[in-house]
Amino acid sequence: MNDMTLMEKTVETQNIKIAAKDVNVYYGDSHAIKDVNVEIEDNTVTAFIGPSGCGKSTFLRCLNRMNDTIDICRVKGDILLDGEDIYDKRVDPVQLRAKVGMVFQKPNPFPKSIYDNVAYGPRIHGLARNKAELDEIVEKSLRRGAIWDEVKDRLDAPGTGLSGGQQQRLCIARAVATEPEVLLMDEPCSALDPIATAQVEELIDELRSQYSVVIVTHSMQQAARVSQKTAFFHLGNLVEFGPTGQIFTNPEDPRTESYITGRIG
Amino acid sequence: MTDLSQNPAGAAPRKHGGSLLEKSPHTRKRNAAETRFKAYGIAAITAGLIMLLVLVTTIVGKGTGAFQQTFVTLNVELLEAKLDKKGNRDLADIKKVTTFGYAPIIKGAMEAAIEDLGIETSLKSKELAGILSKDVAAQLRDYVIANPDQIGQTVEFRFLASSRVDGYLKGRVTRDSIVNDKNISAEQLDLVDALAAAGVLEKTFNLDFIFGADASDARPEAAGIGVSMLGSLFMMLVVLALALPIGVAASIYLEEFAPQNWLTDMIEVNISNLAAVPSIVFGILGLAVFINYMHLPTSAPLVGGLVLTLMTLPTIIISTRASLKSVPPSIRDAALGVGASKMQAVFHHVLPLAAPGILTGTIIGLAQALGETAPLLLIGMVGFIASNAPETLADGLLAPNSAMPAQIYEWAKRADPAFYERAWGGIIILLLFLVTMNTLAVILRRRFERRW
Repeated sequence: MNDMTLMEKTVETQNIKIAAKDVNVYYGDSHAIKDVNVEIEDNTVTAFIGPSGCGKSTFLRCLNRMNDTIDICRVKGDILLDGEDIYDKRVDPVQLRAKVGMVFQKPNPFPKSIYDNVAYGPRIHGLARNKAELDEIVEKSLRRGAIWDEVKDRLDAPGTGLSGGQQQRLCIARAVATEPEVLLMDEPCSALDPIATAQVEELIDELRSQYSVVIVTHSMQQAARVSQKTAFFHLGNLVEFGPTGQIFTNPEDPRTESYITGRIG
Repeated sequence: MTDLSQNPAGAAPRKHGGSLLEKSPHTRKRNAAETRFKAYGIAAITAGLIMLLVLVTTIVGKGTGAFQQTFVTLNVELLEAKLDKKGNRDLADIKKVTTFGYAPIIKGAMEAAIEDLGIETSLKSKELAGILSKDVAAQLRDYVIANPDQIGQTVEFRFLASSRVDGYLKGRVTRDSIVNDKNISAEQLDLVDALAAAGVLEKTFNLDFIFGADASDARPEAAGIGVSMLGSLFMMLVVLALALPIGVAASIYLEEFAPQNWLTDMIEVNISNLAAVPSIVFGILGLAVFINYMHLPTSAPLVGGLVLTLMTLPTIIISTRASLKSVPPSIRDAALGVGASKMQAVFHHVLPLAAPGILTGTIIGLAQALGETAPLLLIGMVGFIASNAPETLADGLLAPNSAMPAQIYEWAKRADPAFYERAWGGIIILLLFLVTMNTLAVILRRRFERRW
């Protein structure tokens, strides 16, 4: 995948998976996200780019209510997942997070065995009725995480003993094991070397067939390589949102152009 | 770069001119300051180590005597005429003979022993018996009541020598120091020397000090720390059973669930303050609440344990919160990210990782409680002479008892110097417990420490 193929990427009109309407986020007195409207499609990789502190991670964490764990954080506006408001009082965030999985910036496997890392989600959600089914889920998830071949002989080894890239793929396998519909990735490659990054990017492209993937990244090249849609955030505003090819070759907003050409950021 | 390396004439003089092989005055000053600081540090540590050495040698030097005791081996003829006049071995009749009734038997045994050994002495029989402990009559009576069939036989006994005789063998009592002593005379010491030479009187290891009960003022040689050790054990059981679950539950709630507001801030500040409250304050609180208001028995290990629980809770809460805090937030994120509830995240992931820290804090809290004396003063666990070991759990919790540090305090304030020696011996045992517990805490921390 190089820049030449960017324009040829087909962006089919698909179902809207997540729709955000006038979302505002406040940390105490500071206004972190300002009136963001965005529609995230199914079976698409959507990239959030922007300079540090622009609010892209904050917005990502709103999508599965991980911000709930921060006391001073308040979210206003509507975020609809399949047409349902995830901030509705009746929504249990735990149930939501089973549907919207997350992969974090730093690989964070549990200090347990590789098997237990992947099996934890299915266990607490009761996805497997017996050990055989659980084994099957673990294998399927590790295969989807493109790490099965490397760890199949040492599933009892601790997950923390793997290399950084392997740990991150294990975390992706752990996230897909609960069968989410949306996968949020917060700078998943920032702690990885270029080879591990390439493996994870390849994986993201494969995951697109089954999930809606939202990825926050600092690397514009990465956004260009893996995503079909790109959103550019700046100072809490969503500046521009559109097909990746268009954002990178023909941005409408001068700020987007400045960022992409390296003048701000 | 060229202008820097060449320094053409006319340019400003270089700031770090001069050879690197020579130390500039500034560097010399800086190095001297560093050397001085290192010297201060080494001096401070040396001073500390010397203090520790002095402390340990003093304690060991003064306390080891308590683990040895002087015994006299005697053949005692259990005269039927004195012990069982009717001759029918009726236990009720045998029990009617008080310890005073045994005095002639002991005197007789002493006289017989001296005659057998061929020792010349001008001492009267009462003075002969004076080298034995006042505990001997009771020991003999207990034996006879337990074995009435032995009446009329001659049985070999190991009797405690009196504390003066014991002190004489340990060097605490000398011929000069007994000039004004009514309890022992120079002639008696001559007899002691003769008996020791004959091998009848000897100093051996005294297991009764470790496992026995305390004795009254007149019989320091019979006093042991064992029963108060049990008192301490029961208190620690109460502390462990209450402080660990309450402390851990409170910490988990405060650290993981409680909202950040002025109320939780207040609670947090007050827990830290409670950790610094003098223990005697907890003692008077225990007296007011547990004894005066709730009417729990005084001197009971249950009350002692409750008071020490109050005292230990802040320590456990603070250390538990610290170890919960040290679990990286990424672990919580990871668990929440796969859809675990907050409680699942805490109990499945955070708590197991924090467990070694919690355990260490608990053991250190327990060690602190074990050595605490002041609150026990107020609830009456000091000064009580526990003569019998508790037999049941309820007895152990509710029957009056003492505790190790209280027992040590009690011995230290008694007049007879023989008790002073026992106080040091008690300190050795207490320190052994504390060192063991702290070592256990260190081992646990090392063993289960995880890196991620």
